[in-house]
Amino acid sequence: MTESDFEPKIVGFLCNWCSYRAADLAGTARMKYEPNVRIIRVMCSGRVDPTFVLKALSLGADGVMLAGCHPGECHYIEQNYKTIRRFKMLKHTLRALGIEEERVRLQWASAGEGALLASAINEMVDQVRKLGPLHWSGNWMDDEGAQEAIQALPSEHAEAMEVPA
Amino acid sequence: MTEKVGVYICHCGTNIAGPVDVAEVARWAKENLKGVALARDYRFMCSSLGQEIIQEDIKNEGLTRVVVAACSPHLHEKTFRSACSKMGLNPYLTQMASIREQVSWVTEDRAAATEKAKMMVAGAVRRVQLQVELQPTEVPVNPNTLVVGGGIAGIQASLELADAGYHVFMVEREPSIGGHMAQFDKTFPTLDCAACILTPKMSDVGLHENIELLSYAEVESVSGYVGSFDVRVRKKARYIIEDACTGCGICIEKCPKKVVDEVFEVGLGYRKAVYRPFPQAVPKFPVIDKETCIYFERGTCKACEKFCPTEAIDFEQTDSYVDLNVGNIIMATGYDLFDCTKIPQYGYGRLANVFTNLEFERLCNAAGPTEGRIVLRDGVTEPKSIGIIHCVGSRDKNYHPYCSAVCCMSALKFGHLAMEKTGAEVYSFYIDMRPLHKNYEEFYDRLLQEGMHFIRGRVAEVTDAARLPGEEGKIIIQAEDTLIGKQRRIPVDMVVLLGALQPRFDAKETGLKFGVSAGLDGWFTERHPKLDPVATMTDGVFIAGTCQGPKDIPDSVTQGAAAAARVQGMIAKGTVLIEPIVASIEEARCSGCRICNNLCPFNAIEYLEDKEVSYINAALCKGCGTCVAACPAQAISGAHFTNDQIFAEMEGLLYDVIGSNGATAKSPQPVLEPA
Repeated sequence: MTESDFEPKIVGFLCNWCSYRAADLAGTARMKYEPNVRIIRVMCSGRVDPTFVLKALSLGADGVMLAGCHPGECHYIEQNYKTIRRFKMLKHTLRALGIEEERVRLQWASAGEGALLASAINEMVDQVRKLGPLHWSGNWMDDEGAQEAIQALPSEHAEAMEVPA
Repeated sequence: MTEKVGVYICHCGTNIAGPVDVAEVARWAKENLKGVALARDYRFMCSSLGQEIIQEDIKNEGLTRVVVAACSPHLHEKTFRSACSKMGLNPYLTQMASIREQVSWVTEDRAAATEKAKMMVAGAVRRVQLQVELQPTEVPVNPNTLVVGGGIAGIQASLELADAGYHVFMVEREPSIGGHMAQFDKTFPTLDCAACILTPKMSDVGLHENIELLSYAEVESVSGYVGSFDVRVRKKARYIIEDACTGCGICIEKCPKKVVDEVFEVGLGYRKAVYRPFPQAVPKFPVIDKETCIYFERGTCKACEKFCPTEAIDFEQTDSYVDLNVGNIIMATGYDLFDCTKIPQYGYGRLANVFTNLEFERLCNAAGPTEGRIVLRDGVTEPKSIGIIHCVGSRDKNYHPYCSAVCCMSALKFGHLAMEKTGAEVYSFYIDMRPLHKNYEEFYDRLLQEGMHFIRGRVAEVTDAARLPGEEGKIIIQAEDTLIGKQRRIPVDMVVLLGALQPRFDAKETGLKFGVSAGLDGWFTERHPKLDPVATMTDGVFIAGTCQGPKDIPDSVTQGAAAAARVQGMIAKGTVLIEPIVASIEEARCSGCRICNNLCPFNAIEYLEDKEVSYINAALCKGCGTCVAACPAQAISGAHFTNDQIFAEMEGLLYDVIGSNGATAKSPQPVLEPA
């Protein structure tokens, strides 16, 4: 595959009340947008464990979009504020892992903002397309020593904890 | 156990079948996806014929799971769930893939659309195999209802319920019910007098055997869930013993203290320190205002107590609390008026003869401070010209972007009343005229005939700085008339600002108390803007009237009645099913770290001191899953949205990347052995 015909695979986590309905609206209004984002419905963006994002990337997704109600508009009152906090943490982790910022995106879209969601999807697909494939799953699984390294962690940890006499 | 999944691809006429090769998706699913026993495509899956196909297959092929790839689950999930449950398949063993809203309607390229549809079907097929049977819990519904707010919406809701034979508790913050409507003079477009149509309803509420009115009271706390809410109401001290008071009004007559009435008369009139907001108040008991009462200030006076024939005055009274249990709650908490001083260029508060809409209502009102005479701030001079400015604080990005819905019609009403009472020239400065309801356009026509002047343009400034001859001593309204493309300066004697309707100052707090969310504007959010306009996300809590958004009296009444009808439905049924999509904690895995405890805005999670674990009250849980995501030990699982189910869907959606086995099979979770 050459860079030019690379089509990114993006997993989207959309909350049931705002952004999934925004996707419904974008559909009803026949707004055309890139087909690269595959959507998983969750009840609230607060349900998205940061490890879901890592899991998606490790499975082979090139990017992950989280979408929820605007802050202050959450159908569960304030749970999207927790999403904000977690997202910040997640970004920090991703940076440490060397993953480009643009590969994950937190997008607010209310039930009336189909157009906003569609343009956010287009924008993100465009950005990730430019970045190229992540190949994280490939790198991860090709690493022969990974299992052993993980297995060795506890003993290394114990060693490090020992106080020299 | 291996599941037998039936996959059904809907054509939706040509809505899906046009942009997506549905036969190919079905063929592909059958050949490539594990667990798929059969895959069919059909013209309209939601039709009774389509549903019968699924039902036949459940019977004949022994399907244990069903995937329908069609429209959004928000549209037809219920349809397919109930079709399956009629055949004995638990409704939570079905899954939809939204290949219409998310694929066929939004994708231009047919190949890409077909590919995306396949992946979404793969996600649903993977996920559905891990879904488990769930049973909604059934709880009884207490037939008593709480109505919060005694404006026209709350009154309508209460009367509907009470007339149907159900008991209602109505809580009103002010000393009397009636709300904003009680302050109005006439109502558009019929020009009925507001009091004439409202006060009979108010007294009905006061006298109704099924309504218990708690006025001058506020809801302190709400707990529980649909069918059984525990509500604590604080009755503010009135300093009047309601059981003894006959409402004769002698105390009001004898009270020596006169103060400006900032609430009901919006600063235009006076009331006593012991007062009833208006003569027809319901209930009839007055209130002693502690802030202004001479006795509370200086320790002497008690004139009211001396003259009260029934010894109903009690200066020692304190706030009291009433605990209620109700099955449903209707919130009709209303609106506040925009503070017009926030737009200094319109001069309110600086130029004496700039009035707000509510002030003008009081001026027009025969029972108001001027007995219905429309006069300037000096109290005697009749204006010869009046300028009415629309959209003050509404349709304005600096304040509120929304339309306040009632101002155009108020302007027409004011124009009519002003011309009728004073013969003044009336100018209306509007952005767009929006007479949207029945007979409203006709009323607009009538005002055009009557000679009201309409100038299309947003007002730039209201000033007393005269520049041209004829402007001295007048207020000048400067605006661009966009219909003739010219700047105009109109000198008038009086300006009426049609201030926006805005959410109550404490709407956020109130929303939190009742578990009702609000939009960015601050109005309470309905469950669905079109199909479920009076229900909220919290089962058993309904909203009616302007707390949901700006609306006029007919709409408020409609919503009040609609909310009452919804509540009657709940009561008539007697029990309510609570969605089984809730979180639960596996005690054995819970370390009692309590990280989840503070995450729940519904207080569903409690810590069991004796067991040292956290516990989720399923009846309070709304199923958002935030705690599930937070648990470091994965001790919490969210029904119907478990980690496994979400991962399975993810693997299916990425089928083209990872193939049919899924990456998880290749890389098992590393197990950490203790060192």
